[in-house]
Amino acid sequence: MALLQRYLRSPAAVIGLVLLLLVIAMAISAPWVFPRDPLSLAGRPLQWPGANPNFWLGTDNTGRNIAAQIFHGARVSLLIGLVATAISIGIGIVVGALAGFYGGWVDDVLMRITEAFQTLPNFILLLVLVAVFGSDIQTVTIAIGLVSWPPSARLTRAEFMSLRSREFVQACRVLGMRDARIIFREILPNALPPVIVYASVIMAVAILLESSLAFLNLSDPNVPSWGNLIGAGRGVLRVQWYVSAIPGVAILLTVLAVSLVGQGLNDALNPRLKSR
Amino acid sequence: MRILLLALRRLAASLPTLLLILVGLFLLLQLAPGDTVDALMAQMGGGDPAMMEQLRSFYGLDAPVLVQLTRYLWRLVQLDLGFSAIYGKPVSSVILERLPVTLLLMGTSLSFAFAAGMALGVLAARRVNKWPDALISTLGLIFYATPSFWFGMMGVVVFAIKLSWLPAGGFEDIGAGHTGLARLADIAWHLVLPVTTLALIFLATYLRIMRASMLEVLTLDFVRTARAKGLSQTGVLLRHVLRNALLPGLTLIGLQAGTMLGGAVVVESVFNLPGLGRLAYESVVQRDLNTLLGIVFVSALLVILVNFIVDLLYAKLDPRIAAER
Repeated sequence: MALLQRYLRSPAAVIGLVLLLLVIAMAISAPWVFPRDPLSLAGRPLQWPGANPNFWLGTDNTGRNIAAQIFHGARVSLLIGLVATAISIGIGIVVGALAGFYGGWVDDVLMRITEAFQTLPNFILLLVLVAVFGSDIQTVTIAIGLVSWPPSARLTRAEFMSLRSREFVQACRVLGMRDARIIFREILPNALPPVIVYASVIMAVAILLESSLAFLNLSDPNVPSWGNLIGAGRGVLRVQWYVSAIPGVAILLTVLAVSLVGQGLNDALNPRLKSR
Repeated sequence: MRILLLALRRLAASLPTLLLILVGLFLLLQLAPGDTVDALMAQMGGGDPAMMEQLRSFYGLDAPVLVQLTRYLWRLVQLDLGFSAIYGKPVSSVILERLPVTLLLMGTSLSFAFAAGMALGVLAARRVNKWPDALISTLGLIFYATPSFWFGMMGVVVFAIKLSWLPAGGFEDIGAGHTGLARLADIAWHLVLPVTTLALIFLATYLRIMRASMLEVLTLDFVRTARAKGLSQTGVLLRHVLRNALLPGLTLIGLQAGTMLGGAVVVESVFNLPGLGRLAYESVVQRDLNTLLGIVFVSALLVILVNFIVDLLYAKLDPRIAAER
């Protein structure tokens, strides 16, 4: 409760939360508000927003309803963001926990691999993965998770290194607990908070990565994603710039919401740092 | 000299990482459907199986994976990146043609983002929790949340289409036949929008780091001493605070070199710049895996090189680092 109070004290965090709830509401209500396939022909192409009361955000160059694509796109973006973040945090926690807990050669090997992933530019590695494994939505989501785990591994490792010699861990050892139990049941819950806060950064980046891929026509074309719509609008940018402008604003607001919520959580969890 | 040795040692430590990347990627690309010969055949519009077998043994693609890997690594040591079937040229010359554009784009954007981020960060730190601080921090957050390609496209709509102040894309106006200084000016003119697009995304991060570290350094004792000596406010800020507050920002350059390269891929596609990023995109679309592997190798090298330079600068700014050993 005190956490919630501290969180609600910051106006930026409240704005972020409201925006995020709005996007979530859009994602949930999409099938009821726009029951038709958002990628099907809805009307005459390239109607400006407001020109036709049926399409309050207009239609794109193939006559699809932009508002429907924005609502359904919210689902795609949130889903990709959540799943990719879960994958990336999952890998990061396992790698970081093992490296931090055991140290020695395990640490050396795992950190070399982490370094290798960090030396490669994220987006270029993502391009390679898409080139090799194709670009349907599952592959893209997994690939985004695969390229973005190193920071969470480093974060978990640092936490584990400071926690592993604490007294409660020694007590666990004396009790004869197995390593796996000490790592995942005893240390991990203590190491988790900073990683969870960092998840908001990963999610923001994941949404941006997917939209960049979609913009380059390398994401799944059979999914109503915001990036796809921006890419589609590129051909008519000269006059009907709204086709690209609208989904861009949607991405901006979603990423902004996720970042603000993450920052708000961070401040609420570490009240002493707030004054900075 | 000692600084150089220290940085060189760090450089040597990144060699195993590089090897790991290359082996990993080589094995990964073995999973890709189709090889160079398939790509070649697709370009020529098909061919008979006997010829394909011949070509495979010509390129050494019929050997076991391990042999191929050893051959590949041995060629890399000799700086031979293989042959691009799509461009009909060695991969290294294809990449070298495109590299300058990307380096120019990245270098300019980085300098601009770093300088502007620093200036705005200092400004925000001096007026902390007042309206300029709030405004600058909010703008930073918005830039951070904007997809770079969208930013670029909206820039094109406003400045190239509506106002027609700037060109909408391309690296230079080839038809105009500029030479010398006029050509330079033309290129600079074409790069205004791409550089701004790429820089704005990174500006936000530098701004926030700079603001935070300025605020931290400002509370230290030596700053009070400097003020007590009677130095002017600007003198204290520039000579004493800024130099110390620069270090985290510098670290960030090394950490973000890869992200920036990734951003360049997208920005080059928006503005049709003939750079490395665009080449990466094209080689994915055309399944030119040799070129793609070469690009990954070069970009990993670039990231390592940037970190090497950052190490050198770091020791320059903070003499304690070089003195420690």
